[in-house]
Amino acid sequence: MQNRRSEQIRGSEQIRTEARLDLIRGSAARRRHDARTIAALTRNPGCNRRAVLDAAGVDKDGLSRHIGFAAPFGQSQFAIIRGNAFEARVRNDGGTDLLRLLADCLGFDLDPDGSPDDPPGGLTVVDLGASAEQAGGVRPAAENLADRLDRTVAALRPDPDGIVLVAHPLLALPVGGQDVHLEPDLLVIRPDGQFHVVEIKSFPVVDGQADGEKVAAAAVQAAVYVLALRRMLHAREVRPIDPPVPQGTVSHDVVLVCPRDFSNAPLATRVDVRRQLLGLEHQLTRLATIEALLDDLPADLTFDLAAGPDGAPTRPATELTTGLDLLDARYTPDCLSTCELAFRCRHEAAGRTAALGASVREDLGGIDTVTEALGLAHGTRPPAEDQAEAAERLRITARMYAEALAGAPHRPVGADG
Amino acid sequence: MSAISSYARALAAATGTAAPIATVRHVHLSERPLVLVPLTLAGEANAPLAALVGTSQADPTLLVVPQPRNRDLRFAFAADLAAIVLPHVLGFAADAEELANGSRAHDAPQLILPNPAGLAFLRLFGRSTRFRATDGDYAVPPSVPLLGRWLTFFAERAEIPGSSLARAVTDLLSLHWATGQSALEDANLAAAMGWIDPPPGRDGPTSARLAEDPAHSPPAGPTTDPGFDNDILAPAIAAYDAVTDPAALPTVLARLRDVLRGQLQPTWDLVWRALDLLRQLPPGASVAGRWETDRARYTGFHTYMAEEGLPQARLDGAVAAARRLNRIEQAQSAYDAERAFDDPLVMADHRVTGEAFQGTVVAVDRDRRVPNGRGKGRLVTRPLLTVRTEDPVRLTLGTRVVASSRRKQECLIVAIDSPGADNGAGADGGRSATGAALITLEAQSGMGRSAAPAPGSVPEAGETLCYSAVLADGVRSVAMPDAADTPWTHGGPPEPYEPNERDTAEVWD
Repeated sequence: MQNRRSEQIRGSEQIRTEARLDLIRGSAARRRHDARTIAALTRNPGCNRRAVLDAAGVDKDGLSRHIGFAAPFGQSQFAIIRGNAFEARVRNDGGTDLLRLLADCLGFDLDPDGSPDDPPGGLTVVDLGASAEQAGGVRPAAENLADRLDRTVAALRPDPDGIVLVAHPLLALPVGGQDVHLEPDLLVIRPDGQFHVVEIKSFPVVDGQADGEKVAAAAVQAAVYVLALRRMLHAREVRPIDPPVPQGTVSHDVVLVCPRDFSNAPLATRVDVRRQLLGLEHQLTRLATIEALLDDLPADLTFDLAAGPDGAPTRPATELTTGLDLLDARYTPDCLSTCELAFRCRHEAAGRTAALGASVREDLGGIDTVTEALGLAHGTRPPAEDQAEAAERLRITARMYAEALAGAPHRPVGADG
Repeated sequence: MSAISSYARALAAATGTAAPIATVRHVHLSERPLVLVPLTLAGEANAPLAALVGTSQADPTLLVVPQPRNRDLRFAFAADLAAIVLPHVLGFAADAEELANGSRAHDAPQLILPNPAGLAFLRLFGRSTRFRATDGDYAVPPSVPLLGRWLTFFAERAEIPGSSLARAVTDLLSLHWATGQSALEDANLAAAMGWIDPPPGRDGPTSARLAEDPAHSPPAGPTTDPGFDNDILAPAIAAYDAVTDPAALPTVLARLRDVLRGQLQPTWDLVWRALDLLRQLPPGASVAGRWETDRARYTGFHTYMAEEGLPQARLDGAVAAARRLNRIEQAQSAYDAERAFDDPLVMADHRVTGEAFQGTVVAVDRDRRVPNGRGKGRLVTRPLLTVRTEDPVRLTLGTRVVASSRRKQECLIVAIDSPGADNGAGADGGRSATGAALITLEAQSGMGRSAAPAPGSVPEAGETLCYSAVLADGVRSVAMPDAADTPWTHGGPPEPYEPNERDTAEVWD
């Protein structure tokens, strides 16, 4: 009884939260979280502004443009074309080549009895995504997320006689109290019930080395999928797989398929994402739940751009910035590469030491503003009790900087400040 | 970051202009640098799109690949680039001095790129061209693999701390100035220059914001602005692809060259302006010595190319990799030490952390002689100096230190008498906020061979000196085995490297 009652309360709270988030978003279509935005969110888990706007699915790009801080995120059509061409190449001929690549990479035997030149036996390919629709597949035109999730859950079964490749499955993961839907490129299910996440990326691997940042981003993205899949397989939340897959395990080894060297030939690389998983799980539990954040906000807060008949926003920009001011942002320079609102937050953070970088802030003794740090350094501001040590060090630094400049044989350019 | 540079960033943020963090120039600048501003096609693996290249600001050469996905056009670009780069690079070798262990050119070529991503382009472009075959399928002109080997040489030298053979301008700027923005934002050349040398009537923040707008200031590459790609470049390339009548080709090519020059020219001008700015600083005392090493490496590679000339392997073997790592570490420690000795502003950083101290000599025991410790009652000269300093010293007894103005003389710290020593803060040679510390040093070397120190070889009372414990790491690492004796733990002896089919054959489709 007790249980059912608390479930009912939770249910009604969820509905209330949904309604609040819908109001915050306004009339625009909902922007969905994806693995990238989750990865970005976990990089800066203390940013409530981002948490609320993402949970509500606000179009941050349109918002930042309207208030005069347009984000510099565009994608070149050349990059899109190359990405699509590479993915198509990887998937051609029904996945047989891809399967060989994965078998080599993950070290499983395709068909122990047959010769390596025979086509592998027992391969099932299920495509649950947009390409199935294009191919005149079974996907209904206006399929809702729940149906798609159902089809995914039904497809996530090992085949004792062979390998199952599932393309574009739909996964669900709770983030900050909201269910987020994710679409990995590919899953491999081995006969013994072991799942692997496969990501197809179009950045090249030259002589076994790739751009470190891109690999890191791909690894975090894949880790988000591993986490979602694990929760679906094992935890009784969001959308448990029913009936359960008894031997089902999701490997922490994911596979990145990238072009090799300067060609278009695919190369599969196994990447261990245990470290990323630890980080993700830690950050996801730290994420303040949306309900708690919403409680502190005015009930009528909305970021509706009130698009006119021509699609252009009609809402005064000042109303939107007033709204943004109610949401605490935690700006760091890293935000510039991940968040559409970063220019606005940077503007607000002007004069703060954190805007110069975390290590600069630390070097300045953790003092919050530039003015305060310089005041302490130049002795024009008395240090608070807990600032004594930082102030001492700042004073020494300022003295040595001045001494070194004064003693310089040549007056450096720009030293007249 | 460091205390000094972070403080300088705060100063810059408060004043709206960059603050200096160096009083001398720590890099060699060639009279005639070869500047290269490359652009690549988005999404492709280091596919060149265009480049401005040349040794004088007034006279750059524009190279364009009208369809970057076309393999033949890519290598035609490589051949064009080789025709400019190779004569310049090879030209310095003829004028050389003969030394005991070979020859060394009097000067060497210097490559300047806008940013680290430009250097990465250099490395990858070297990799994609150095193995190309000059006969058979997809043959390329002989200059293409040669260019690849030289670009690879430059890209590898660029990883050695203190080398000036190939440098990125943004790195050079942030070595000498702190801006009022984050290091991440400094990677934008135009933004960094906006802080350091804003146009008249504008302050740092305003020019940096303008610099971030691709419409106002195109990115320094090699990645192009997506907006430019979608709105301008894509139609221009499509027009090129659609040409069927050869008579229409010149117009279409001219259009492509125009739009690409528009993206490249601002960066080109910024690079030269930055070089001019850096030239205004006098070179540090040890810059010439490091450039001498660069000249020797250049000459060595030139000789190797003339004699054997095999392309660099795709991957280093275990022994080669360990040696290289070792070289990088030693170069780093020597570079750090030299920069501090050359520049009081760099030294100031070590003084803040207590690894260096500046003070006045208050007492000298010039003729002190002590047993040499090897018996037989022989005595060696070991003068004692006492230095009074107000710096927050954090050095321990027995530490080796060297003064910036007496670099040949190594001293040992033999006593530290600081006012804070007895209230518990003195375990590390501590200090107090009020008093000065007295540090006693024993001079070990640099006094000549006779019993009494040579005149002037020992500091005198009243002299102001700056002693630093940040010294070049003279310790040799354990000798590496020969490549042929690589232990099995490291994969065993590598196959002797020979360029093979696998290197040259490249799946292209």
